Amino acid sequence: MDFNISKTQTLFRQMIREFAEKEVKPLAAEVDEQERFPIETVEKMAKIGLMGIPIPVKYGGAGGDNLLYAMAVEELSRACGTTGVIVSAHTSLCAAPILEFGSEEQKQKYLPGLASGQVIGAFGLTEPNAGTDASAQQTTAIPTEGGYILNGSKIFITNAEYAGVYIIMAMTDKSKGTKGISAFIVEKETKGFSIGKKEKKMGIRGSATCELIFENCFIPAQQLLGKIGDGFSIAMKTLDGGRIGIAAQALGLAQGALSETVKYVKERKQFGKPLSAFQNTQFQLADMETKVQAARMLVYNAAWKKSQGIPYSADAAMAKLYSAEVAMEVTTKAVQLHGGYGYTREYPIERMMRDAKITEIYEGTSEVQRMVISAMLLK
Amino acid sequence: MKIIVCIKQVPDTTEIKINPVTGTLIREGVPSIINPDDKGGLELALRLKESHNAHVTVLTMGPTQADAVLREALAMGVDRAILLTDKKFAGADTLATSNALAGALRNLDYDLIITGRQAIDGDTAQVGPQVAELLDLPQVSYLENLEVKENNLFLLKKQTEEGYQLLEADAPLLVTVLASSFKPRYMNVKGIVEAYSKEVEIWGFDKITVDEENLGLKGSPTKVDKAFAKGIKGAGEIYEMDPEEAVGMIMRKLKEKYII
Repeated sequence: MDFNISKTQTLFRQMIREFAEKEVKPLAAEVDEQERFPIETVEKMAKIGLMGIPIPVKYGGAGGDNLLYAMAVEELSRACGTTGVIVSAHTSLCAAPILEFGSEEQKQKYLPGLASGQVIGAFGLTEPNAGTDASAQQTTAIPTEGGYILNGSKIFITNAEYAGVYIIMAMTDKSKGTKGISAFIVEKETKGFSIGKKEKKMGIRGSATCELIFENCFIPAQQLLGKIGDGFSIAMKTLDGGRIGIAAQALGLAQGALSETVKYVKERKQFGKPLSAFQNTQFQLADMETKVQAARMLVYNAAWKKSQGIPYSADAAMAKLYSAEVAMEVTTKAVQLHGGYGYTREYPIERMMRDAKITEIYEGTSEVQRMVISAMLLK
Repeated sequence: MKIIVCIKQVPDTTEIKINPVTGTLIREGVPSIINPDDKGGLELALRLKESHNAHVTVLTMGPTQADAVLREALAMGVDRAILLTDKKFAGADTLATSNALAGALRNLDYDLIITGRQAIDGDTAQVGPQVAELLDLPQVSYLENLEVKENNLFLLKKQTEEGYQLLEADAPLLVTVLASSFKPRYMNVKGIVEAYSKEVEIWGFDKITVDEENLGLKGSPTKVDKAFAKGIKGAGEIYEMDPEEAVGMIMRKLKEKYII
């Protein structure tokens, strides 16, 4: 067993860390404060290939693997949780299912735009009455000549108003339950498609999270992803991959908060000595570091398995469950170690704590991850 | 157009620590980087690759570990990478280094040679100009901008203490550049993924044209008496804002650090 990261991964980490430090971190507070989508960062990321890391070169991607992709989301999130989820949703939830389930024609049509970052991707499964119970879909796609008529709405959609391509789940046959759900590739310019309410969120405030509304949208038959009735399975498999991205985001947030805290406790003096000289501080930091490292092993392991073609569904669930809970715990402890300053927006710690919370909720709550993991044990 | 960029692998001086007992540098664990001015040189070359379809070769002399900076240059987009490495090159001062580089350049085709102004470890700014002299090439140091005119003619803007000079020069020539004039691009992800599957040519003494007496320790007139470190500064943060806002920001930073 080799735990060394490869030379390629070392080179990649050197680049992404510098990029995050110089291009992403300086904007993080402003993006959060103003609830502003950092489009200029997306353009910079696109230029160097960060929007298409695991997409093969023949479709315009960088030809990297899932480990490089996870490292990218980790390092970006270490600086800014918003930027991390923009890349994660784009890559895992839109480009990846087209790559995995799309026809050759669909891949050639959509992947070059997505991989180059000229087009941002999004994914729509959740509805007001279909969250964790994704089978309760009310959005419908009724067959018509040459395609389908899409009606309904999706909520909490990451990248919503900035995306150009969406993977949308809709009921094509209600009588079949989850087997009656199909997946569609929907383009931004589709007639009858509009962006609804933008959510005001606790964290990842720069990410555009909106409602998608479909009113008699005609979707050509060529934009059906996979086969009719495959939608639920495509959505679940897509979320398996997405969880690696969100686990990496949580890992990055935890590492970011820990690194900031190490710096702070060495500077901040109380009772005539730096906080780092107190055993309580030292023990807290030791626990935080141990958990962050354990989370990293789970995330990298899940990403590696996906790239190797080894079943990874439970690994991704464990990585996400653990990393998200570690992110919440570590950022909360980081705020505590920062004391009053940690509670203010002068320091990035409170933002990291707010950003961390969502990782326990989206792309399957921690409870859903526990269901996935125990189902693997008990099957 | 054929361009050769000479780069040097240097310790990241912002990360260097001093052994408090011996007063010497602790090199262990200090990351090695492409010398910043040389990275500016790579950027200039890559811009010319994009605008004029130039072919870019990167050349470095160093131990086998210098392979890492060549991989980085490949990931930034250069076409060819050559590592000059041989026991005969070891212990070289700037003159012996220039002799080795010139020896390699004699066996390569070029219209333009680009070097960084100076390296952050030695700070001599000697190697670029020495290489130009050894190859009997025109040289323009402290280059701020370069435009390609017709038929191998370059229009060059050179920084001076008072301002700048505009010069014209025919190829082939050598220029030395500053990192601040050519903000280097990031490695791109595809370049990184492919960097280690590309070839780095290894050139030893037998591949270059130079008198052995002029190489390595033997060819180095410089004798080091004593080495000591200057004070170390942090990476620094750059803000762009109005003077009035800046005052508030500086006050806040000073308070944050308990300086005032």
